[in-house]
Amino acid sequence: MPHTGEFQAQVDAGTGTLRLSGDCRALDLDALERALADWSRAGARTLDLTEVGRLDIGPAWLLERATARAATTGGSPPTLTGEPPGHFAYLAELLALDQTADVEPEPSRSWLVRFGHALHERFHTWYEALTYGGALIETAGQAWRSLRRLRIASVVRHVHETGLQAVPVVAVIAFLISVISAYIGAQQLRPYGAEIFTVDLVALGVLRELGVLLTAIMVAGRTGSAFAAEIGVMKLNDEIDALESMGLNPYEVLVLPRVLGLVIALPLLTIVADFMGLLGGGLLARYLIDLPWPQFFQRLDDAIAPTTFWAGLVKAPVFGMLIALTGTLRGLQVRESSRELGRLTTVAVVQSIFLVIFADALFAIFFLEIDF
Amino acid sequence: MTATPPEVVISVRDVVNRFGAQTVHDGVSFDVHAGEVFGIVGGSGSGKSVLLKTMLGLRQPDAGAVVLEGRDITGMTDRELREVKRRYGVTFQHGALFTSLTVRENIILPLVEAMQLEEATLQSLAELRLRMVGLPVEAGAKYPAQLSGGMVKRAALARALALDPVLLFLDEPTAGLDPIAAAAFDDLVLYLRRTLALTVVMVTHDLDTLARTCDRVAVLVDRKVIVDTLEGIVRNDHPWIREYFHGARGRVVGGAEEAGRGA
Repeated sequence: MPHTGEFQAQVDAGTGTLRLSGDCRALDLDALERALADWSRAGARTLDLTEVGRLDIGPAWLLERATARAATTGGSPPTLTGEPPGHFAYLAELLALDQTADVEPEPSRSWLVRFGHALHERFHTWYEALTYGGALIETAGQAWRSLRRLRIASVVRHVHETGLQAVPVVAVIAFLISVISAYIGAQQLRPYGAEIFTVDLVALGVLRELGVLLTAIMVAGRTGSAFAAEIGVMKLNDEIDALESMGLNPYEVLVLPRVLGLVIALPLLTIVADFMGLLGGGLLARYLIDLPWPQFFQRLDDAIAPTTFWAGLVKAPVFGMLIALTGTLRGLQVRESSRELGRLTTVAVVQSIFLVIFADALFAIFFLEIDF
Repeated sequence: MTATPPEVVISVRDVVNRFGAQTVHDGVSFDVHAGEVFGIVGGSGSGKSVLLKTMLGLRQPDAGAVVLEGRDITGMTDRELREVKRRYGVTFQHGALFTSLTVRENIILPLVEAMQLEEATLQSLAELRLRMVGLPVEAGAKYPAQLSGGMVKRAALARALALDPVLLFLDEPTAGLDPIAAAAFDDLVLYLRRTLALTVVMVTHDLDTLARTCDRVAVLVDRKVIVDTLEGIVRNDHPWIREYFHGARGRVVGGAEEAGRGA
């Protein structure tokens, strides 16, 4: 240990004396704090520093503050025995300096002020989302006219990262979920001798809803968060400002390729999910209800309308756009701190999943109305 | 110069650092004496940051030893190293303040982690550190993003001082500051060194800072180190050192050298 003498503090309650001995380092602050509290209760009359060794600046400060407090409450300063610590002169020098500079006072904590701030914050978020949408539409309009501005290479990279690399996980999830629903369906239908309808259940469920919805939720968790985090870190690192200073449009360089990439990738992933879902259902039908493959395909053909596949797939680009827009917008809203980055990444995932499910409900109503 | 040999606080012994096939340090040795301000300079990629990390115990050298206050920190257990780390304070190049905490929370973090203290005591100690580095007490309530570059450096120094270290490591303390703020920071370092008897090791590219604050300078060249007083280094014949101090931007130290002789 670096201590030459172990720090000790003794308070004599009768005489109001605090006696310190040994070296008092920053790590002894807690012991000193307790002693000073006792000393203050005992009246803080005398301070005995004859046996004290090295006194760090932190402990010296607490000692100085305590004696100053005792002087104001007790009427006269405590009597000091022993040498006053060398740091006292330095601390007096510090205290003499006027350090109340032009810094705004801490904000008021009144509920009204906080409510106002929260309201302003909410409106600002909406305003930002609107500006964002406007700027993006403008950029997309420009990009439509010039192929160079579409940044094909970047779009392809995002299709690769968000689509191709997600194939294994999406395939496995779609397969498993379809096997599970087919299994439960077959069990429920068996008492009625209607096991064959398991095929209908799986085909309709997977093609219309499960395939695209599961894929979208997986992608929201996987890619929505990645978009928000990537762009958020760039924002914290002033990279967005750097782009703008070069006359580049961040919407064109960062947002549009991600949105286009996901609008292309999500339908492709949905097709994979649909295929794996039907495969899972077919395998289960083959081995659980002994339905040979030819009959399975026959039943499948009867069960689905020509539009069934498209009713699921048409939703995919919309979901992809919602996820990409939410992720990139939240990323661009990151400012100042790493905590913001974490918070907005979470918000991006939660909101994009919510939006996907909400949009799915709207689609369901719409398809019902037009009898699709 | 006193006749008694100076007390050695840090001793770097034949340190070798490699990244794959690339050798950054090949037998680097020097001593840092108690109470001095020790500067480290070197070109980009010469391994200043790596050397600093090795001295802090954040990186294990591939060979050699680093002795801090008489104890070899290479090969120490994490527990022993934690003890050692409470003896020094560090400021990083960009401040490395925790952006999600206020300045005051940043400053008291080392205290909160080390021991149990009353809230009022912590507030009081935060005030002390803010005063020590010349920041207004109100700045404690701010978040790092709301501070100017100079204030961030001071706040980082305040946090480094939280546990009353005997050793202070500063990585590029004046980089990115205007000359007035940089000079004020130099003064602050010298003032703290004098009043608190600190030993300061700083990595810097600022020739003015080097001339004003550093007692001795280590130059990293050719994977080795050359240590001397600034005047001695300036007279060195090594081509890189000549270029560094006598090149297009070297004039300032030339002037400072004259001033140093006059004093």
